[in-house]
Amino acid sequence: MNRSEASARSILTGVLERQQTAIAERWVQVQMERGEVGGGLAEDELREEADALVAALSSGLAGDLPVERVVAQHRQLHDAVTDLSMRRARAGTSPTATSLAVLSLKEALLACVAEESLDTRGSLAVARVVNRLVDAAGALSFETYVEGREEIIRRQNRQLMELSTPVVQLWREILAVPLIGNLDTARSQVVMENLLEAIQEHEAAVAIIDITGVPTVDTSVAQHLMQTVKAVRLMGADCVISGIRPGIAQTIVQLGIDLSGIQTRATLADALETAMGLTGQRAPYAPEHP
Amino acid sequence: MTHPGEEAHHGGESADAGWALETSEAARSYPVRTEADLLTVRHAVRDATEELGFSLVDQTRVVTAASELVRNAYVHGGGGTLFIDPLRQARGVGIRLVVTDEGPGIEDARQAIVDGFTTGSGLGHGLGGARRLMHTFEVHSVPGKGTMVTAVRWTDR
Amino acid sequence: MSPYREGARARVSTVPILRLGDVLVTGLLGELDDSSALALAEELTARIAQDGARGVLLDISRVDIIDSFVARALMELSTMAQLLGARVIVAGMRPPVAITLVELGIELTGVETALNAEEGMASLGWRQSDALPAEPRA
Repeated sequence: MNRSEASARSILTGVLERQQTAIAERWVQVQMERGEVGGGLAEDELREEADALVAALSSGLAGDLPVERVVAQHRQLHDAVTDLSMRRARAGTSPTATSLAVLSLKEALLACVAEESLDTRGSLAVARVVNRLVDAAGALSFETYVEGREEIIRRQNRQLMELSTPVVQLWREILAVPLIGNLDTARSQVVMENLLEAIQEHEAAVAIIDITGVPTVDTSVAQHLMQTVKAVRLMGADCVISGIRPGIAQTIVQLGIDLSGIQTRATLADALETAMGLTGQRAPYAPEHP
Repeated sequence: MTHPGEEAHHGGESADAGWALETSEAARSYPVRTEADLLTVRHAVRDATEELGFSLVDQTRVVTAASELVRNAYVHGGGGTLFIDPLRQARGVGIRLVVTDEGPGIEDARQAIVDGFTTGSGLGHGLGGARRLMHTFEVHSVPGKGTMVTAVRWTDR
Repeated sequence: MSPYREGARARVSTVPILRLGDVLVTGLLGELDDSSALALAEELTARIAQDGARGVLLDISRVDIIDSFVARALMELSTMAQLLGARVIVAGMRPPVAITLVELGIELTGVETALNAEEGMASLGWRQSDALPAEPRA
């Protein structure tokens, strides 16, 4: 670290210590003035966020971490920046507005530094430090924002999967899961969990997995189905797979997938009849075959 | 992105065995010397996964994987150490299990994680099974020096 | 048998085993360490021979983890019981345990399962008497 940077840093540290409230205040004002930059957050929320970040910046700068590493490595500052971007990512603020919100801190800082009577060279050195700090914060915030959105997408995916795999009770002691769409590993795990929990809750004796809505059955789908059947059996219940269309039966044979030991039926109605037999119940009337 | 608390550091390097142990500062180590340690370790893993917010099914997966790994170290490696490393990163929350032993090592680590492979008690599902319960799984083994297994599972993936 | 399993077998089971007619009933709590699992399997096998039991009901509804070692103990118990002419029913496995076992690649081949202790007893030939009011289902 050279001398001019060291002195610029100590000037900035002093400004931050003395004018913490004023800087935070000004930063909030800048964000409020540019509607979108505030991310739709209320003034008091922005204020709270600004206070936390400016305080963290002040304490980070007062420490002995080098300027280029202070944002990444000062825990309080790092967390303040990631909190800000995470909050905006969740609120659906645009990535540009999020970066600009962080970058507008530069304006607030420089405005307060301008009030110090510094010579040109001094001002330039301080501006350089401010730039490096805030740019690092901007980069971190963007990265966090992207990761935050990815997290949201993953969560929504999971919620969507939960919604698309309802377990319904068809009859006393008989449950069914109508599967619609592709059955990948993540989805089959959700199906398995939901089905097993429902079996326990309803004390069900038979679970029917209906694959009418599954477009293709390949080796991995078959494997997922087998695993589900095995888990159902470990719980002490029986499993019937229904909705095996001729095309799918053909694929199963061609791929040499062994589904022996698993009860399969063409239609959900056939499977229900089988399930009633397994539970020692009699259907009130025999289902009509087309 | 490097998080202050998550910087990898090289603790307990075992240069002889040809690998370096990488755990975060938040990692805690548990000895696996007696049969009673197997239970202690399972409880510690259960508590850690619960605290990290793993679902009940995921907790069970991780605890079971840990049980397989430490038993493997206890039975074949003559005892060892489990490191429980909570991962809290912007990309998500997870847990890293590292199990080391100074046993005879596994001649063919690749073969060891294939089902049915066993040199002692158990079903031969030990390592292969544990691998399926975790998201990432690595075995480093040097015959005559020991074995290190590193496995990670994330809460939301 | 490896020396490890010999050593683990040295302890005595502390799990109570009830006898209801020709059925032995026992339940496990929380989790099982290796030697308790082996000790229980050994004791149950001895009791089957001694009491001439026809069935064993093992309630595992409160067990929160089963790894490959305990799974193997259960399968061995089941095989030995069959040799002695008795059926073993493992009842009430929790969903997370079932999912984990399947992912481990263990199906508990040869082990009969039941949804709960009541169903397990029923399949061993024990029926709730019609004269008694049935427990309302939750």
